[in-house]
Amino acid sequence: MATAAPPARPRAATRTRRPRAVLWLLGPFFALFALTYIAPMGYALVLSLYREKFTGIGWDGPTRVFAGAENYVRALTDPTFLTGTGRVLLYGLIYVPLVITLAAALALLLDSALTAARRFFHTVLFLPHIVPGLIAAIVWVYLYTPGLSPIIDGLEGLGAEVDFLGGNTVLLSLVNIAVWQSLGFNVVLIYVALRAVPASTVEAARLDGAGELRTAVLVKLPQIRAAMFVVTLFTIIGSLQLFTEPQIVQSAGNSSVTSTWTPNMLAYAAAFNSNDYHYAATVSVLIAALAGVLSFTVTKLAHRRSAP
Amino acid sequence: MTTPRTTGNRWTGRATATTLVAIAALYTLMPLIWLLFGVTKTLPELYASNGFSPSAGFHVLGNIADLFRQDDGIFARWILNTAVYALGGAAAATLLSVAAGYAFDKFDFRGKGKWYALVIAGVLVPNTAIVVPLYLLMSNFQLTDTMWSVLIPVMVNPFGVYLARAYSSGAIPGELLEAARLDGAGELRTFFQVGLRLMAPGALTIFLIQFIGIWNNFFLPLVMITDNDLFTLGQGLFTWNSAVGQNPDYTRMVVVGSAVATLPLLALFIPLQRRWRAGMAEGSLK
Repeated sequence: MATAAPPARPRAATRTRRPRAVLWLLGPFFALFALTYIAPMGYALVLSLYREKFTGIGWDGPTRVFAGAENYVRALTDPTFLTGTGRVLLYGLIYVPLVITLAAALALLLDSALTAARRFFHTVLFLPHIVPGLIAAIVWVYLYTPGLSPIIDGLEGLGAEVDFLGGNTVLLSLVNIAVWQSLGFNVVLIYVALRAVPASTVEAARLDGAGELRTAVLVKLPQIRAAMFVVTLFTIIGSLQLFTEPQIVQSAGNSSVTSTWTPNMLAYAAAFNSNDYHYAATVSVLIAALAGVLSFTVTKLAHRRSAP
Repeated sequence: MTTPRTTGNRWTGRATATTLVAIAALYTLMPLIWLLFGVTKTLPELYASNGFSPSAGFHVLGNIADLFRQDDGIFARWILNTAVYALGGAAAATLLSVAAGYAFDKFDFRGKGKWYALVIAGVLVPNTAIVVPLYLLMSNFQLTDTMWSVLIPVMVNPFGVYLARAYSSGAIPGELLEAARLDGAGELRTFFQVGLRLMAPGALTIFLIQFIGIWNNFFLPLVMITDNDLFTLGQGLFTWNSAVGQNPDYTRMVVVGSAVATLPLLALFIPLQRRWRAGMAEGSLK
């Protein structure tokens, strides 16, 4: 893209070295980026290597001492952190494939000539993206609460009793909230990529006698591999951030969700309930590291598969 | 278009496809309909009546009046705060992203690849992993519990830079900049007068993304702000929701407040979301 300039024109015509202009244009962004991304991450790394120590009888308050890997050992042997991480990974394992498959299916349906009233459906499906996650969670928790929920009433009418907030079901209930919120957004992203598939490719498949379904799965899907990769990556990173929905469920009571149910909730509780800043920082670093490992793995896998 | 297949076959296909999408649409609308009907109800009705039918009476105006009277009218204050965070943060984030994306697209400079890799790394860091350390950092400088502690972090959106770079390369012909330079215009003036104007549609998309992102952000203000008067809508509703045990009427306030915080925004964004979709098409995923 960058190198394909017409030969007659020198390269400098489109891209120029102007150090001062670059500084003015990029400087503000990177100054704030350093302040809000790099500095906190660096600070978290430093904090994670120290701990507080109470000397004597502790009247002087704690002093900060170097702890080496102590905080990391503590986190990696902390059953709360480990089960929380396991829970989020399990949640992601259900949520990511589910929402990506549903979104791709709906985008393909909207892209095919088959579906009626496409504009209306586009608008409707996109609505939850504009609803704050907190409000979505509050409303869904009402829909999960016996007495308030017409869904539970309806299911009881059919003779089924479901406890949406108890035991292991609550994980699926949270997956449902996340699917509800992000489905339409992902549909739009995939749909936008589908629109860019050359009409001639699709037409050729039709002339070969492929039906809508075959065209969708065998012709269109392979063409939007790059978009599917980006959407999947964003969804995975999003799933690691699990906080708001379980926090609402937890504060509503009568559920199996505790205040340290996910690693993010653990970091929050460590910082604000037990004032254990060093442990909160350690957990934050580990969440970021997990995101890095997952992004790297998914990128590698995607590249290996796309190479013939 | 039409293959030699029978039209009947095609009709079945249409019906199936439309039904499937309609089911998804119904699922999407269900909680919103519950919320819409919730606004019409009294507290006992919320518990006693069918959630998917409106109230026997009509209590919308009374409910909304009660909402804005609750706790000395703090709800209006929360709306105002949220608007300041979302409008101010999104405007600043858009300008910074567009300037950075333009610089990455139109200029050469040392270490460009590395700087850009840093931006992409920023896209991939989960936001929640940053927020607690950011709080710990800011508390050293007594910056927490101020409006700035929310505003400054939301002014940075690395994904916006990524989009802006694509918009810049698609919307601004290099020849145009060259012409402006030959006319003797300074680089910054060229950016504001030529670049920014041509990138306006893309900038609107970045603005919408960031506006929605800030409006929906719960974790950042929850961590940064403890002063009731600086709360966002989300935080306020969360506080009320957690206090239902002391005052059951907060359930009604939360339902009505959620609706008031959501439904007007939905109406506002329905016309804008097509623009949003077009912007995503130009910018990303290519």
